[in-house]
Amino acid sequence: MTVVHHLDDSTLMRFASGNVDEAFSVAIAAHLELCGQCRAALRAAESCGGRLLELTDVADIEDDAFDRLRDHIEGSEINLVQLKPSDARPARHADASETSIPKPLQCYVGLSLDDVTWTTVAPGVLKRDITLSTKTTNKLYMLHIAAGKQMPEHGHGGSELTLVLSGAYKDHHGRFARGDIADLDEHDEHQPRVDGDQPCICLIAAEGHTKPKGLVARLLRPIVGI
Amino acid sequence: MVSARQQATPSCPKSADLAKHHAELMVKVAQHQDWVAFQELFLFFGPRVKAMMLKAGADNALAEDVVQETMTKVWRKAGLYVANRGSVSAWVYTVARNTRIDRVRRASSQAYDDIDDLDLESDEPTGEDQAHLSQQATSIAAAVQELPKEQREVIELAFMHDLPQSEIAEKLSLPLGTVKSRLRLAYGKLKVRLEDYK
Repeated sequence: MTVVHHLDDSTLMRFASGNVDEAFSVAIAAHLELCGQCRAALRAAESCGGRLLELTDVADIEDDAFDRLRDHIEGSEINLVQLKPSDARPARHADASETSIPKPLQCYVGLSLDDVTWTTVAPGVLKRDITLSTKTTNKLYMLHIAAGKQMPEHGHGGSELTLVLSGAYKDHHGRFARGDIADLDEHDEHQPRVDGDQPCICLIAAEGHTKPKGLVARLLRPIVGI
Repeated sequence: MVSARQQATPSCPKSADLAKHHAELMVKVAQHQDWVAFQELFLFFGPRVKAMMLKAGADNALAEDVVQETMTKVWRKAGLYVANRGSVSAWVYTVARNTRIDRVRRASSQAYDDIDDLDLESDEPTGEDQAHLSQQATSIAAAVQELPKEQREVIELAFMHDLPQSEIAEKLSLPLGTVKSRLRLAYGKLKVRLEDYK
């Protein structure tokens, strides 16, 4: 698997600085699990935060802050997290199989794409809404779109991330397969068509509502819910 | 209250020496649970993490709490810090950022934790790693300091004040697209500097 479509640099900086809600953090982290290049890029962005932390004006902290911390650590059973030698602990392999679900998404939908339960929202289009544990106005959901299907052309109410987990789709930005992410802003309009003979399964984090163009698409919107 | 400025190391030390020194302190904490080394890290990072939380809108009590929680995690996870992933400052920043997400923003940092153990190699840091870390720290420091004022302002608001891009745009009376492009430009300069040392 070679990832071709990556996160926008401004999205990486946003994630590095922690300015993301649960919906976007899950989609971004799921892409990062599948993309070593973006993980390396994230480290660079985080180093920016490290340097700003070094340079910031310091705030006075309470006199007994360190003593309290030491008492707390010594007084409680705090387990040290240790890395075991690398021969005993093989590095966790991202993308173990083509149907595995990236870890950031597993607690919501399970370990394998085969286990996901779907609701039919239109012919050939299945949807899985994901319930988030923290308050946000953004949405996170998965779509399972049959081979040969075309989604209605739509713009977005805000930024939207689409991560392909299985199969592939094509639009005017190119071909998107497992691991690829489309990082679109509110000005972008696209009309994805499933490519190849397999269904395409995607994870989508969306800000606000998407805005389908055209009457048919607008009529479809309440049904498909995109 | 004792001024943290009097206790802590100078606020803008030479980045390469600082990175190397902090990495050595982390090894002492991880391998020997060395309280002297940990106190030095606390005196450097505690007041800075507190400043970061105050900028993000936390009140004094919450900011103090986040310092305690962040530094407890630094103690507990010291064994996970590996020099080949970057400076101690960058790592402490991520620990503080995640605590800020959970405690100040009341959101969830779980997704960050889920990918945290990828690419970790637990081998002892080699001399090569140390030298690389020092060079990298120097180049990042230079890149951040050389940023034009308008790019520095935007990254400061994002990383330290925890402002979403839309609020940065509002605060600076700029279109959202300009905020994004300034973040991209700042990141681009950082990346070029880092690639020089690959």
